[in-house]
Amino acid sequence: MILRRPFFWIILVIAAGFIYAPLRGNNVSLREDLILVAIAIILASNLNLMIGYTGYVNFGHIVFYGLGGYVGLYLTTVRNWNLVLSAVVAGAVVSLCAFLFGLAILRLRGAYFALATIGILQAVQAFVSNFDPWGRSTGMYLSFTSYQSLGGARRALWITYFLIIAVMALSMIVSLAIKNSKFGLGLFAIREDEDAAVVLGVNATLYKAIIYSVSAFLPAVAGALMFFKNGMIDPSIAFEYMLSLEGIVMLMLGGQGSVIGAALGGALYEKLRSYLLTNPVLSNFHLVIAGGLLLIVVLFAPGGLIGWVYRLVPRARKVIE
Amino acid sequence: MSNLLEVRGVSKRFGGLVAVSDVSFSLAEGEIIGLIGPNGAGKTTLFNVVNGVYKADQGSITFAGTDITRYSPDKVVHLGLARTHQIVKPLNDLTLLDNVTVGACFGREYLGKTAARKVASEVLQQVGLGDRAEMTARSLTIAGKKRLEVARALAAKPKLLLLDEVLAGLNPTEVATMIELVRKIRDTGVSVLMIEHLMQAIMSLSNRIVVLNLGRKLAEGQPDEVVHNSDVVEAYLGFPDIVDKLTRAD
Repeated sequence: MILRRPFFWIILVIAAGFIYAPLRGNNVSLREDLILVAIAIILASNLNLMIGYTGYVNFGHIVFYGLGGYVGLYLTTVRNWNLVLSAVVAGAVVSLCAFLFGLAILRLRGAYFALATIGILQAVQAFVSNFDPWGRSTGMYLSFTSYQSLGGARRALWITYFLIIAVMALSMIVSLAIKNSKFGLGLFAIREDEDAAVVLGVNATLYKAIIYSVSAFLPAVAGALMFFKNGMIDPSIAFEYMLSLEGIVMLMLGGQGSVIGAALGGALYEKLRSYLLTNPVLSNFHLVIAGGLLLIVVLFAPGGLIGWVYRLVPRARKVIE
Repeated sequence: MSNLLEVRGVSKRFGGLVAVSDVSFSLAEGEIIGLIGPNGAGKTTLFNVVNGVYKADQGSITFAGTDITRYSPDKVVHLGLARTHQIVKPLNDLTLLDNVTVGACFGREYLGKTAARKVASEVLQQVGLGDRAEMTARSLTIAGKKRLEVARALAAKPKLLLLDEVLAGLNPTEVATMIELVRKIRDTGVSVLMIEHLMQAIMSLSNRIVVLNLGRKLAEGQPDEVVHNSDVVEAYLGFPDIVDKLTRAD
């Protein structure tokens, strides 16, 4: 069982650290830093299920996050639902959409699938930009009263933070559980050689649709929480194409296929990005540097950071998954 | 005894090319049938039609009493019909143990991962790869990869095994080992349908031989009668009486 895996407890310790650090001394600016790191980890971990586990590159992964944000914000402000319920429903709705999209586009392979994911991102963004109940291109704003039910804005922001950290821990636990399951083995087989996997008995069509849908759930929940915290959403920030690409950089940097690799890549890239963005000289170059980094990783360390660690210490595979 | 596999009037076309045309044969439980024919005769295509990679344009395929003509390959495996590939398809970055565990997990018994692992290490032992279980499939030689193909198929606990040229590209020692392995597999009660070019192997293993040429069934029968069938000799060598000439020169 998963409880017996050492890495499961490492995840819990990491999550506890994320909660303890800003709470001590009520450090709000650290909390805001860590929330971005947590979001990066959530996105990278779930993207890893597609790219690292199944071998399908998804360029439009951010669509789940944005769509989750929209559904969540709609439910909390317009319908006055409670935050947790809204977030979970947002996750479920987006997951279901992903399953249906998946059945359609997962018949494509390789570059064609990747192109289709860009198409989905564009299509959803265009739809939302013209969808009246969601405020078209101006988006939606949270009414301040929504914070009231959580005991005022100050408390609401802390609660949202804890929930996001929970989603982050859950993302890593889901990754770990799938990696060690029969389902995960089926996905790895698809990644290595889909035709061979099918001949060995793996129902690839179903498996791909399920994992595509699973990889949508937690990012959508995180989107619902994050945009609730931000208090507003519009199509350009919800479906930020760059963030989708940066998710891939995070994954390659940390090491695709590895639970900690995805998380580490997410965290490191996010720290690097905020450093570059706030640096007066380098702020315009952050994508240039991201691109360069991706190139270096792909050329010299295709396994990412974790692949490099595995090469140095082969036994690390057993503990660091 | 009822037939395990029943192929009736199967045809498969690719555009204007008729790869398999109106082929029928049957295989009884416990039998080894050799499928031979010159290059391009449609042997591998016939395999692909039988296990569902391609859909037959005409005809039907019945396996263990179930009509599997329209089944997808993964459903065919669950019924107990596993195969190997002529061009090996190892899951390169997975260990041998994981490769074979996939076969056991998603095969006829649809085992859980722990049980599948146990079966997988037994099967690896059986094909002689037991000591390399933790290596990645990428690192194997071609002979090793062929054995891995057999191991993955065996781990599915099939009733019928389709072997697509498992001897091609092996050296004489490896061929002898593989022939021994196929015989052992048959002795455990698994029926075998094998494509092979190596006549020595086909002759010593098969109960019956089916010959394909240009997509059609040319002959069928006991190994001895098939190799002396003049149509078969002509298909391979061009001159029906060449066997006589060659044996006389002997």
